[in-house]
Amino acid sequence: MFDDLRDLYQEVIFDHNRNPRNFRVMDNADRKVEGFNPLCGDRLTLYLKMSGDVIEDASFQGSGCAISTASVSLMTEIIKGKTEAEAEALFKTFHEMTTGKDEAIQLEAVGKLAVLAGVREYPARVKCATLAWHTLDAALKNEQKSISTE
Amino acid sequence: MTHFPVEKIRLDFPILEEKIRNKPLVYLDNAASCQKPNAVIDTISHVYRHDYANVHRGVHTLSVRSTDKFENAREKIRAFINADSTKEIIFTKGATESINLVAQTYGKANLKPGDEILITAMEHHSNIVPWQMLCEQTGALLKVAPINQQGELIFTEFEKLLGDKTRLVAVVHMSNALGTINPVKKIIDLAHSRSIPVLLDGAQAIPHMAVDVQALDCDFYVFSGHKLYGPSGVGVLYGKQALLEAMPPYQGGGDMIRKVTFEETEYNSLPYKFEAGTPSIADVIGLGAAIDYLNDVGMDTIAAYEAELLDYATEKARQIKGLRIIGEAAEKGAILSFVLDRIHPHDIGTMLDSLGVAIRAGHHCAMPVMDFYEVPATARASFAMYNTQQEIDVLMNGIESLIEVFG
Repeated sequence: MFDDLRDLYQEVIFDHNRNPRNFRVMDNADRKVEGFNPLCGDRLTLYLKMSGDVIEDASFQGSGCAISTASVSLMTEIIKGKTEAEAEALFKTFHEMTTGKDEAIQLEAVGKLAVLAGVREYPARVKCATLAWHTLDAALKNEQKSISTE
Repeated sequence: MTHFPVEKIRLDFPILEEKIRNKPLVYLDNAASCQKPNAVIDTISHVYRHDYANVHRGVHTLSVRSTDKFENAREKIRAFINADSTKEIIFTKGATESINLVAQTYGKANLKPGDEILITAMEHHSNIVPWQMLCEQTGALLKVAPINQQGELIFTEFEKLLGDKTRLVAVVHMSNALGTINPVKKIIDLAHSRSIPVLLDGAQAIPHMAVDVQALDCDFYVFSGHKLYGPSGVGVLYGKQALLEAMPPYQGGGDMIRKVTFEETEYNSLPYKFEAGTPSIADVIGLGAAIDYLNDVGMDTIAAYEAELLDYATEKARQIKGLRIIGEAAEKGAILSFVLDRIHPHDIGTMLDSLGVAIRAGHHCAMPVMDFYEVPATARASFAMYNTQQEIDVLMNGIESLIEVFG
């Protein structure tokens, strides 16, 4: 019935929506930033544990749509063990992939995150996928205030 | 089902022929904005092709013709809401501007520090923010009457908040987020017994029921054209003549003046005093055509048909496991707001769109209502006279299927 949506709602997304990874409060977090999308009410809190400039652990809490939940769940998995510079680079690539500015983007460069490439066909949903990453960007820049997609 | 010529009506709305993602359009976002009948589209096109010039200006034929049609639309609107005089019908950009106009003229002139404005907890942002801005400017206070879990105004609480310092009551006639129809006559009578004027936000109510401003005895009534099967960019402020006469003008400019010198300006009489600048001429005339169309069908007939649609949809929705209806007032218009267990309204919206079904997902410009129900957003199906039971079946089947897909 929803064949047209297969590119947007891939099984991986349903899986992460049902069972979000790293969905927990981190008591000993070094960085904690809140992200908010006022258009749809999606809210998340991102926690990072740093070891030097390496992201040792990442977790989140919050509620949102399947796209935003899967996006932040996947993100917390993929950034663990990455340096700040590597995570920033990934944010840039992810942003380009989801906003469709570079059609020829190397999907292998983003690994598992490629399942979110489908949002570029749904402009109303792009911010659902990028909220997590804007929040991460703020956390990496050590901005403590809450950030908003608007 | 009573006889209602819905198939004939559907033919009058050309957009209903559209295919969305290769499926027939099922348009259930009428509370955000309604589609337009040929009568409106053709009227606007005719104005630009044959009648257009600026109004209230020249002596030339087209200006006279435009002015006649423009003022004729004002008379149609007067009759439609049974106002006493066309002097009480002010054209604005929409309901939002109408409320801002009252806040910035009547409100600024009459409110002092410590005075109170009373609204309800189910208001649209457009009936909250203009009053907050006015409060900042004047030192007045905004009071909010609470609602119950069904989404109804708690009248006893409203009565308690209506105090010695209340200077204005501003209440939504029908809630866009919940569908609740407020007991406005009761509210107005109570407020008037304490000499407090009442503004009704009728943006959502007016396409669904006959409105008689004299029978209601409201002091102000505001609505938008685009929710009334008319064009966007035009709306109405009804105000009692005595109140409007006493109010200072809103914006300054052409049309709202009688005489201008660099030393002083004499303002025009009603309704022009509040209509600075060139209005949205063709759209006003188009709104007149929408009202002709509605009168032909009959507001009471429309209300009866939509009540049947809402009953049908509510009945079906209640059978869906995991669906919770938000807003179950005893008096309710054709709006079905709902949430699903563990499925975000935006996912519902995107999935239904792939089936050709247009609903609204979000906070419906009523964030305090979302906070009250502790939901980030809701999905909302809102019905108009051109919707059918078959379309509601498409919606409900879609909801059941997407629940399955989400698992």
